[in-house]
Amino acid sequence: MPDRPTIFAEGLFKSFGDTHALRGVGLDVAEGTILALLGPNGAGKTTAVRILATLLRPDAGRAEVAGVDVLREPARARTRMGLAGQYAALDEVLTGRENLEMIARLFRLDRATARRRAAELLERFDLVDAADRVTRTYSGGMRRRLDLAGALVATPPVLFLDEPTTGLDPRSRLSMWDMIGELARGGTTVLMTTQYLEEADRLAHDIVVIDHGQVIARGTAAELKQRSGGERLEVVVSDAACLPQAAAALSALAGTEARVEPDQRRVTVPVTSHGGLLTRAVRELDGRGVELDDIGFRRPTLDEVFLALTGRPAEESDSSGVDAPAGVRS
Amino acid sequence: MWLSDSLEMVRRNLLHIRRTPELLLDVTLSPIMFVLLFNYVFGGAINVPGSYVNFMMAGIFVQTIAFAGVYTAVLLANDLKNGMIDRFRSLPMAQSAVITGRTFTDVLRGMLAIGVMWVVGLLVGFRPDGGGLAALGAIGLMLLFGYALSWLGVAMGVVVRTPEALQGIMFATVFPLTFASSAFVPTETMPDWLQIFAANQPMTLVVNATRSLLIDGTGGPDLMPALLWTAGILVVAFPLAVWLYAKRVV
Repeated sequence: MPDRPTIFAEGLFKSFGDTHALRGVGLDVAEGTILALLGPNGAGKTTAVRILATLLRPDAGRAEVAGVDVLREPARARTRMGLAGQYAALDEVLTGRENLEMIARLFRLDRATARRRAAELLERFDLVDAADRVTRTYSGGMRRRLDLAGALVATPPVLFLDEPTTGLDPRSRLSMWDMIGELARGGTTVLMTTQYLEEADRLAHDIVVIDHGQVIARGTAAELKQRSGGERLEVVVSDAACLPQAAAALSALAGTEARVEPDQRRVTVPVTSHGGLLTRAVRELDGRGVELDDIGFRRPTLDEVFLALTGRPAEESDSSGVDAPAGVRS
Repeated sequence: MWLSDSLEMVRRNLLHIRRTPELLLDVTLSPIMFVLLFNYVFGGAINVPGSYVNFMMAGIFVQTIAFAGVYTAVLLANDLKNGMIDRFRSLPMAQSAVITGRTFTDVLRGMLAIGVMWVVGLLVGFRPDGGGLAALGAIGLMLLFGYALSWLGVAMGVVVRTPEALQGIMFATVFPLTFASSAFVPTETMPDWLQIFAANQPMTLVVNATRSLLIDGTGGPDLMPALLWTAGILVVAFPLAVWLYAKRVV
């Protein structure tokens, strides 16, 4: 059945004592696409993934992975999925190679195949040099790569990634993104959780926003950003006295009303299209003698998406590193 | 399937031991210390029929095996704590292999412990004259007792969440059980109320049967009760451990 989603969940409820972690979450992911489950810490993202990955039984609801009912046939479901967790569960005492070979053996590959598969994955994830070192000595990025390699040992059609880049340095994050994107292009269906809109934006075909155990929005990244006010042009001037001039200039250019934050010497205007706007803004401001410290397009942060969706800021959310304005961007 | 998964887990445990040889201290260095301390420090002061080294060896064997068996709890609690069990649970393996692998490894550790102590014992005058067959019987009884206790260890490891707390609980239970037994002293010298307990608890029965097999070549009157206790512990602890593990992780 081509129409049937590869990952499917409906009406998932789960409570831990008085804490209602999930209150009726549903989602579906089409074959070969990436769905990002976006939300702050404690929103229920991990609980949802753990249920789909057979690690947790829901109080109510239905879940299916690659046509297998997760609750009724967990053992069979496990043969169709790989899981990589935010805490990267590896055996710290074993080497990278031994970890992968052990997982391969537990997937019931014979010893020779297990060895070959482990070597392939080490090569692919750039871990050949570290293959025979115990994983306790690995860097955060190497751990995540090995963890992901572990999830791929049996080339499963479905992959669950629980916050695959949380805590990684920017370079490791980029390389992780490349690998995840490549997997989906190769036909793997991916469900990933993240706190970062930027990550969801970059990777996911669809985004489901969840908060307090409920789905509060779903759509593509563009749709969500539109709902939170869309993109803006942001300018920081060197001299606060120039703020009114800058505001007038930007308002005229963008055709929208400018917002001025005197304390930050900042002017922001909503924009609808990029088309040469940045160049014109620089020229215009320069022409008026306004000196700039910073200028760039700014996309909404997770906080702002939340603000727009719920009318309150995302609690406990870690907004550092999320789409901060970074000078002139193309 | 289940067996090959269990053996894979044994392989993992052995790799751990190879990387962290300290994991073997409890079955090598500490029993050697016990043999030497008891023989040279207490040996002269404790009156037993026959030589004290012959008397105490059975006690030290069984004590070491008991500790080694329960020690499995700590390692299992560690796996549960650091998320390794989640990795295993996402795999299509026989889930019980994680705990059977642990108990199989304990049997191997028990064999090592017996071997080490046997050699050290012989060096300080231990003379097991009961004959080869009886000696094999004694070793079999000890390993079986250790195996039963290691299932109790699994049950404890699943219930008690932190390895540190487990260490405390183990010492608070296994130590009194070994000392209020016939392991190192004859129970006849204990006060009446303690004697009743000491003479009938499993540790004493297993120690007595082992001692009798090693020295006299016969199981003696305590062999049957010792086997019954061992079987009883296994019959209770095995399903309990499996049930608790399944409940905890599913």
